Amino acid sequence: MGDTMAVYGRLLAARIRGQWQYRTSFFVYLAAQFTITLLDFLVLLVIFTHVPRFAGWSLWEVALLYGLAGVSFRLADLVVSQVEYLPRHLLAGSFDRMLVRPLGALVQLSAEEFELRRVGTLAEALLVLGLAIAHVPVHWTWARVAVLVSSALSGAVIFACIWILGAAFTFLVVDGREFINAFTYGGNFLSQYPLQIYGTALRIILGIVVPIGFAAFFPVLYILGKPDPVTGVAVIRFLSPAVAAAMALLTRAAWRGAIRHHRSTGS
Amino acid sequence: MGGLRLYLEVARRGFRRFATYRAATVAGVSTNTVFGFVRAYILIALYHLRPHLGGLDLRQVVTYTFVTQGYLMPMALFGWTEIEERVRTGDIIGDLYRPVDFQGYWLALDVGRAAYQFLARGVPPVLVAALFFSLRLPTPGEWALVVVSSALGLAVSFGLRYLVNLTSFWLLDARGLSQMLVICEMFLGGIMIPITVFPHGLEAASRVLPFASVAYLPVEFFLGRHTGSDALATLGIQALWAVVLLGAGRIALGAVMRKLVVQGG
Amino acid sequence: MSPVVEVTGVTKAFTVARRRGRLRRRFEQVVAVDDVSFTLAEGEMVGYIGPNGAGKSTTIKMLTGILVPSAGRVRVAGLDPSRQRVEVARRIGVVFGQRTQLWWDLPLRDSFELLRHFYRVPAPRHAANLDTFSQLLDMGPFLDTPVRQLSLGQRMRGEITAALLHDPAIVYLDEPTIGLDVVSKSQVREFLASMNRQRGTTVLLTTHDLADIERLCRRVMIIDRGRVIHDGPLADIVARYGQQRTLVVDLAEPRPPLEVEGATTVAVDGPRQWLAFDGSAVSASALVAAVAAAAPLVDLSIEEPGIEDVVRRIYTEHP
Repeated sequence: MGDTMAVYGRLLAARIRGQWQYRTSFFVYLAAQFTITLLDFLVLLVIFTHVPRFAGWSLWEVALLYGLAGVSFRLADLVVSQVEYLPRHLLAGSFDRMLVRPLGALVQLSAEEFELRRVGTLAEALLVLGLAIAHVPVHWTWARVAVLVSSALSGAVIFACIWILGAAFTFLVVDGREFINAFTYGGNFLSQYPLQIYGTALRIILGIVVPIGFAAFFPVLYILGKPDPVTGVAVIRFLSPAVAAAMALLTRAAWRGAIRHHRSTGS
Repeated sequence: MGGLRLYLEVARRGFRRFATYRAATVAGVSTNTVFGFVRAYILIALYHLRPHLGGLDLRQVVTYTFVTQGYLMPMALFGWTEIEERVRTGDIIGDLYRPVDFQGYWLALDVGRAAYQFLARGVPPVLVAALFFSLRLPTPGEWALVVVSSALGLAVSFGLRYLVNLTSFWLLDARGLSQMLVICEMFLGGIMIPITVFPHGLEAASRVLPFASVAYLPVEFFLGRHTGSDALATLGIQALWAVVLLGAGRIALGAVMRKLVVQGG
Repeated sequence: MSPVVEVTGVTKAFTVARRRGRLRRRFEQVVAVDDVSFTLAEGEMVGYIGPNGAGKSTTIKMLTGILVPSAGRVRVAGLDPSRQRVEVARRIGVVFGQRTQLWWDLPLRDSFELLRHFYRVPAPRHAANLDTFSQLLDMGPFLDTPVRQLSLGQRMRGEITAALLHDPAIVYLDEPTIGLDVVSKSQVREFLASMNRQRGTTVLLTTHDLADIERLCRRVMIIDRGRVIHDGPLADIVARYGQQRTLVVDLAEPRPPLEVEGATTVAVDGPRQWLAFDGSAVSASALVAAVAAAAPLVDLSIEEPGIEDVVRRIYTEHP
């Protein structure tokens, strides 16, 4: 594992060095992505020019939710979303090259297509989260800080797993690359607002079955000391790490199965 | 007449090109639909607290979210850099010296593409939404206005994208500019939230800028928000922007050709 | 000493969907590799040839773990590539002629350095290897050039180095000299011969260039339609089939097949006839004279045997 991380680190460094040759594009893109994601927050601000509370939440309470959801999503986006380029490699035949190397295919995909410029979107999420933490009237105990940090990481794992499951699917349907966007980008968008505003079907499908609610909503209920209007089950707000671990195990099995299937049927 | 047939053929080619990506289309539609639902619920929550905000009722606002989702792909609101890519590879030189009007060619291709995407990406989210929500659909007379307004919106959209793409003849990388266009169209163009919900000054400015002409004004026609002379005035704004932008595009192309002659292609 | 590679009764079948009519699809089994068995001993340099679509790439893919066999057993350095892909990957080197293993935007040297970390090669050994290979392949001048700026010949030398830097037990080369100029081909061949001689690297070489085979391989396996139809010393093949040449004559008018001593008329197409003859027994000029005496000639040419001909000929003798 340590070895893999070391090689991964070097591959990343090499990739970044290669991309650094195109510096201007890099910064322009980074700034553009920062601004595009900021638009979602601007919409939030516009909403709050009309109401003092939204679904019973204040501006900075929603911002906390938005920020935490964003941080976990963008972390996964930075490190794992590159697996969505798998179909391109399958069609070009360059996936074979990855199978010939003594390193997991997932690690290679992540490193090979890593784009540092996506950090721009992570920066936006961190900015909003930072502002929210500064403004929201929460007494920050160690427990709350722990929940905040572990949720960000658990949420990142959950989103990462969704991406990887989507990539595993493209072994079967090579054109199905965009199919997972409904769950990743759609899921991120949904997680920016309190889960109870959504219809029942959406809440259950994209909040619990695809456990995006565990990325930010349930932990934030604990941090803000709010009751749970969706499930009413108190312990759920602490389950994010467990849910992330379960998803990781499931995803690992699915990915390995997908590669085994590819190696049996690929031509 | 031969000229028109040529452009129809180009448009048909544009249509067919996108018709082949079937799985991607289905996937894209599902993403659009999910986004529509999420946006709809956000605005529903807002409108429960402030009904008739910005002069719209709940039914109109829900309809707005799904119809604007439908316009995303046909109006290329996520960005369009085909010309810019061909400039980067150098393939554009062949295109420029073809005996076909350059701008006309790309406009015809765009019309074909948009036609396919209106059908394949525009209609399904609205149909799905109709199963879950009560939507405000146009009357036959209003449909005519929607069609005209959408056509003008496409012209404005193309005009903007064409100009941005042409800058790649001067800038090394026009992709940043393309993304700035996306930002303006998404926010000021009323895609993420109706511009009537903006603070007053911002709403007024947005109405006048070209971005709202692309998709928001057509959606307002869909919702029956413009009648009589007001409708004509609104179509007039769209038409004015279309003419200005396409005209600027012709001037810009002239500058491009002069530049290439000087540089030797 | 156990063999480096053991392939026993290996079969690979693919299910391919074929369209029948507008809506129906029928699924067919295509057998790409059919009950193939062979072993490679340590230090052998073996040619693996056959027509396009014969199953060469599929075999290599099973040896490298990219594909899993439908039936049979594969062992590389005692390991099973289908179950222990990463361990096997450590011990092998691969050159895919058309596709690159190098990092496009970085200097060649950086690609080698990255691969050092992949394969966990200690720095001193890596430096020594790189030094040796660099001299043998004359890469010094372009070690610091980004890969995307290299010529094909330079890039191929880089690819081969990349495959061998970690001292693999076995290396698979898929068309390593394709598209190269004469000088580069020669350099690559010399390098491979020296690697095999000095380090005992086992080499499996797939190529359409007979000269590669002649220069490098003492043993050749021929595969056609999924079956290995010949596995033996190169000398055998050369002795039996390499001398076979074909005289193609365009007569003034169509005629029944010519009967000429020392040659066999193998095909007739209008005024054109193909005469096969043994180049070591009959001289071409004598044959041409004999043909001209039998019928007026308009044009002629002489065909050397390509791999396709060699294979076809072998196949007709071993159906």
